[in-house]
Amino acid sequence: MHLIVVNVGVFRRAVTNFIFSPEQTLNGVLELVLNGGKPMIEVQKLTKRYGSNLALDDVSFSVKEGEVLGFLGPNGAGKSTTMNILTGYLSLSSGSVKIAGFDVLTDSMKAKENIGYLPEIPPLYPEMTVNSYLKFIFGIKKSKLPREKHIGEIVKKLGLDDVSGKVIRNLSKGYKQRVGLAGALIGDPKILILDEPTVGLDPQQIIEIRNLIESLKANHTVIFSSHILSEVQSLCDRVLVINKGKIIADDAPGDLSKQLESNQILFALIEGEKTSVVNLVNSIAGVSAVEAIKEAERSVFEYKIQTSSKDDIRRKLFFALSEAKMPLLGLRSCNFSLEEVFLKLVKDQESQENELKGQEPKEDESKKHQPQENK
Amino acid sequence: MVTILKRELESFFFSAIGYMVMTFLFMFTALFFFFTSIAENTANLVGTFNAIFSLAAFFSPIITMRLFSEETNKKTDQILLTSPIKLSSIVLGKYFASILLYLACISMTLVYALVISKFTTPEWPIIFTSFLGIFLVGSAFISMGMFFSSLTENQVVAVVVTLVVNIAILIMDAMSSAIPVKFLIDFLKNLSFSGHYFQSFPLGMLKLKDMVFFLSVDLIFIFLTTRALERKRWS
Repeated sequence: MHLIVVNVGVFRRAVTNFIFSPEQTLNGVLELVLNGGKPMIEVQKLTKRYGSNLALDDVSFSVKEGEVLGFLGPNGAGKSTTMNILTGYLSLSSGSVKIAGFDVLTDSMKAKENIGYLPEIPPLYPEMTVNSYLKFIFGIKKSKLPREKHIGEIVKKLGLDDVSGKVIRNLSKGYKQRVGLAGALIGDPKILILDEPTVGLDPQQIIEIRNLIESLKANHTVIFSSHILSEVQSLCDRVLVINKGKIIADDAPGDLSKQLESNQILFALIEGEKTSVVNLVNSIAGVSAVEAIKEAERSVFEYKIQTSSKDDIRRKLFFALSEAKMPLLGLRSCNFSLEEVFLKLVKDQESQENELKGQEPKEDESKKHQPQENK
Repeated sequence: MVTILKRELESFFFSAIGYMVMTFLFMFTALFFFFTSIAENTANLVGTFNAIFSLAAFFSPIITMRLFSEETNKKTDQILLTSPIKLSSIVLGKYFASILLYLACISMTLVYALVISKFTTPEWPIIFTSFLGIFLVGSAFISMGMFFSSLTENQVVAVVVTLVVNIAILIMDAMSSAIPVKFLIDFLKNLSFSGHYFQSFPLGMLKLKDMVFFLSVDLIFIFLTTRALERKRWS
């Protein structure tokens, strides 16, 4: 709805502008098409200090309308701090943050109207019932939507029908998380900020919450943090990796793993005698290591084959095996998982910093930055 | 503000606090009503009101202790502070909710006045001024308690600090006479709650300066509470 209203306005302005200064308008339209509209969140040179502790150091990024951004980082990296600043819970030390075009410091009320926030610990009043809690949130968000209908829709969407009359204290953790998410959705904000929405849930509930986020993609700009990388991989359009208050990577999840892909790993199911298969595969040019992992079927082993170069050896492998009458029963290639990418990025940053600082001991560094998240 | 007020009032009665405070006050005022009015055979309710003056110092911390400390402790302040609602509305909502609970407690005295009116005509003007007096005293205690609650996330700390300060205020008059510096005596006497209360309200007088005194205590601590919340953001 919002989108349509805004776009009609933009369209009308564009038409009138076109009549008066066609060249400029064309540039504007081009920009609009290329960038997909205005950025919903714009963070520039954001710095946050707790006393002498630097929690965020010169962080800049922007999020476009309809984008799903994942925050990735170890505990204490500054994910929650960033989110708390975006939502106006904490102030910033320097830099600027704009939410839907409104500055969080000077236009805080308007900025807050556009945000639905689910903090790390859902902010629930344990003595209230789900329904009265949602009505309360509706009240403090000053939403102008029809109350009963709007709350009813959200309750239905999150599958809270059965528990809407129950006291929050008695709900399970998964339900509490969902009630928190329902609170964030009230008032239909354009931006959703979810801080580790799946932490502490069982696998079934994690899948449910993920599906929910998936369904929210269509109408909302979403930022969510996590340290479960597969989650980020499956849900996000873009990933920001944060460590020690700095952004160390900003890319699509697929590109992020490609970036670091210097060698390839293949998993192959081959029938035949183990040692002769290993010898044969080893003789193929470009193979650096072969290892039998386990027996998959009778006399069929699974092998892990590492290649030294970027050359594709799959065809060579196939023909070599078929010549030797050792049937290739299965083959899959394996990219770097995001876990490995992430650990590598963090390690790279740490080693770089150590070089700069003249070999400061690593452990002290991490301790110094640990307590930030809790403040 | 009204949303906050409603939720706060509800939560007084979801937890035992609302019932506890009311029972506590009804019981003690009834005792004082019996001993100072019925047993004495007088239509004068001043004894009961004066008792409430001291009682207010002891039970107002129970009303105010959880106002903000519980929010910080349970992290529910995050939903309040990230909603498009002003800090002052949050503080005022909570303040007025506590005031309403307090009003419900002290309105029992009006029932006693009705009891007396069965037998004789009570002195309505004095009852009115005394009622206004203890209302103002209570509101001042509540605003102070609310402020201390906003400073800590521990309810026990909030209640103990508030109690200590309230008791210090109660015995301030007695303490001040022990100080040999005249300037300090005058200063403390001007700050004394009992001075501002006993010298006007129970006597049937409405002195503007006394009313302004209690109202300004309210305003100062409401203001300080908003500053304390604001300060948390900038830590």
